[in-house]
Amino acid sequence: MNQHDVPLLQMRDISMHFGATKALEDVDFACRSHEIHAVLGENGAGKSTLMKLIAGVLQPTGGRIILDDTDVKLATPRTAQDLGLVCMFQELSLVPDLTVRENLLLGAPGSGLGWLRSEALAKAQDVLTRIDGGHIKMSTRVSDLSLPSRQQVEIAKALMRAPRLLILDEATSALNASVVAKVFDLIRAERDQGTSVLFISHRFHEIEALADRISVFRNGSRVATFDQGAHSYDEIINMMVGQKIGELFPPKPPVSATGKEVLKVENFSWEGRFADVSLSVREGQIVGLGGLDGQGQGAFLMGLFGLLRRAEGRISVSGKPVSYSSPKAAKQPDIALAFIPEDRKTEGLIQEQSILENLQLAALGLKDLDASDPELYTSTLDRLELKHGGLELPVSSLSGGNQQKVVLAKWLAIKPRCLLLADPTRGIDVKTKTQIYQMLRRLADEGTAILLLSTDYEELIQLCDETHIFYAGRLAASMSGDNMTAQNIIAASLNVTEERKVVHA
Amino acid sequence: MLDYIRSNRREVIAAIVLLVLLSLYLGTHPRGASTYVLTIWANQCLILGLAAIAQFFAVVVRGIDLSVGAVMALTNTLASHLLDGSAIGIGFGIVAVLAAGAACGLVNGLVVVYGRIQPIVVTLATASIFIGVALMLRPTPGGAINYDLADAVTLDVFGVPTALVLSGLLIFAFWIPFRRTGLGLGLYALGSSEQAAFQSGMDTRLIRIAAFTLAGLFGGVAGLYYSFVTTTGDAGIAANFTLNSIAAVVLGGVLLRGGVGSLVGAMAGAFILKTIASLMFFSGIPSLAQPLFEGLILAAAIAVGGADVLRARNRLEVFGR
Repeated sequence: MNQHDVPLLQMRDISMHFGATKALEDVDFACRSHEIHAVLGENGAGKSTLMKLIAGVLQPTGGRIILDDTDVKLATPRTAQDLGLVCMFQELSLVPDLTVRENLLLGAPGSGLGWLRSEALAKAQDVLTRIDGGHIKMSTRVSDLSLPSRQQVEIAKALMRAPRLLILDEATSALNASVVAKVFDLIRAERDQGTSVLFISHRFHEIEALADRISVFRNGSRVATFDQGAHSYDEIINMMVGQKIGELFPPKPPVSATGKEVLKVENFSWEGRFADVSLSVREGQIVGLGGLDGQGQGAFLMGLFGLLRRAEGRISVSGKPVSYSSPKAAKQPDIALAFIPEDRKTEGLIQEQSILENLQLAALGLKDLDASDPELYTSTLDRLELKHGGLELPVSSLSGGNQQKVVLAKWLAIKPRCLLLADPTRGIDVKTKTQIYQMLRRLADEGTAILLLSTDYEELIQLCDETHIFYAGRLAASMSGDNMTAQNIIAASLNVTEERKVVHA
Repeated sequence: MLDYIRSNRREVIAAIVLLVLLSLYLGTHPRGASTYVLTIWANQCLILGLAAIAQFFAVVVRGIDLSVGAVMALTNTLASHLLDGSAIGIGFGIVAVLAAGAACGLVNGLVVVYGRIQPIVVTLATASIFIGVALMLRPTPGGAINYDLADAVTLDVFGVPTALVLSGLLIFAFWIPFRRTGLGLGLYALGSSEQAAFQSGMDTRLIRIAAFTLAGLFGGVAGLYYSFVTTTGDAGIAANFTLNSIAAVVLGGVLLRGGVGSLVGAMAGAFILKTIASLMFFSGIPSLAQPLFEGLILAAAIAVGGADVLRARNRLEVFGR
């Protein structure tokens, strides 16, 4: 026993009930200073609720929260922050209409409702520079920032508050590998200075890289806590789901180049964000799009779906040249594209509307489909095992993973020839991920062409038959088969393939 | 400078529209650009400007205040009883008038926050109450305001209309410093994303109450200034000012969804609205057709602010605005 083993924060017999739903039931949990503590569990296991209790966003229905041997009541986020408990939320806590500077100052220590003091900004700027966010201007409105940049600002905002306990809830989900590595360096430095870090992530390699200890949650209870390395991935996954699940990724079928070309894109360009992109997707293929964030791959998918004005290039669907300029045209049966957007909360779903109403949105307005026919959706929902309390409930009542299932079911109802997906598994639990992977593979087997943008290179390697890497708006590399390795993907993302070739030649 | 224009696009457009309209007005006015003409114009503009500021504080936190005109009527009738006689009495009267305005706003804020009722409903109800009180104070227009004091704030200083000097003071001595406080920032944060403001550790209830109190206070200032300009008390002014204050903030680039806009924009919007009305008066257009033309100009001015939607190359951006 040394001083590092003394718990900084303890939770005893904590329960959190929302009406009849028991999000947490009699949970004991403790975290120490000088420790990075990973919290694992499926969506809905109670991790986020636990974090919200520590951050003062929610108050427990029962139980005690003890900080340094003293009982505390965390009535508001302000109280928690004054005690040094700082949370970086999964739902970003930035105000879109304010600038980066103003967001950093919002609620910053030392400035309540009175005169704003900007001394703390230096620390935030320092953090930003160290995690590759030096280009983010203080005077930019947050609504004009890309999702990764917002996460970087969010990290800076959390760290400038000098936390004693730092909660990172999917804090790096939109960041690419090289930025994540820098964020991790920063988090380790915080730990070494005595900060206790609670880390939630669905990416196992991140947890392996960062965590000292791991707690696993399932169905509102803590299942186990152990030192990193004490259990294998498989054992941890089994703890999380409470039952054995098969392989994370479905097996790939043998390579075949015989399938018909469903989608063919030639010299597709738009506004300098992406240029001269040519690729094709064959029947039965899952084609991956990778690269660092904001290299044009996201805009490319939007362009394919008719969201960008004056995009140039030729697109053919099933061998026929097509031209369309709106999502409404793109979803018509002769083209039949479907697009699963990056942000399911704001772009994929209408949160206040019911699950059923959301399901009908894609099929509405298509001549040969009756959107009100539940048969269109049930097979997909059954396959994905949507957990819901009734289809008439608002879609906001679902957990993140289940919301994504609704988005998928909505688009699969139109029987797309080609499915475009923008990072569909971001922030989603392992079990749902597996279900989505299997679904995609099965769709591919049934003849749907699939174009999958992913920030997780494991997905590109394990799921895709072919992968294209974007760099600065262009295709930097295309790879398939055994060429798809983590090294090759990362190298291509950083555009160092040419150099490597030279070195090895 | 370019960056400033880009990030304050709406205010800049409002300022340009205002300048164009003002030069048109001065050009067509039979007496031209004299101090007299400017003073009368500025007084009328400032009354609505203050009402628009009151509305701005409610709108920026994603609310709306339908009691702005009613607060003006209440404070105006109160002023017509208190602002005459000894200097000390008048001094006390001014404080009482402003306190009454702030109290009205505080009531709105408390009911909105603790009653959890939408601002539009709350202020619709309280507006009737405030007008009722105003009618009891002054059933028919009348009363008196100290002329010396009224002259001091409604004429000119070395040829510059006092109303414009006061407007400048309001912007530089109140708004710009206020914008650098946590409360000033909090108002925008609350209007833009209440959840983010709450998670950042802001006291969202207190901020919302403060916003409505400020709305009431500026409604009181507007009522007070109206008293100085007209030197009488009149309980019947409410409806007109409430509607115009909403039109003014929209014209000035304050978004009704909250979180965007500024006090300067709200004032510019009010000045534009009043200038359009004055322009009509001297334009020779038959008086019955004036509302039609006023409405057309208003619609055109608002459309200019929204025109950049046409330039958006990514269709999703259109919805984000």
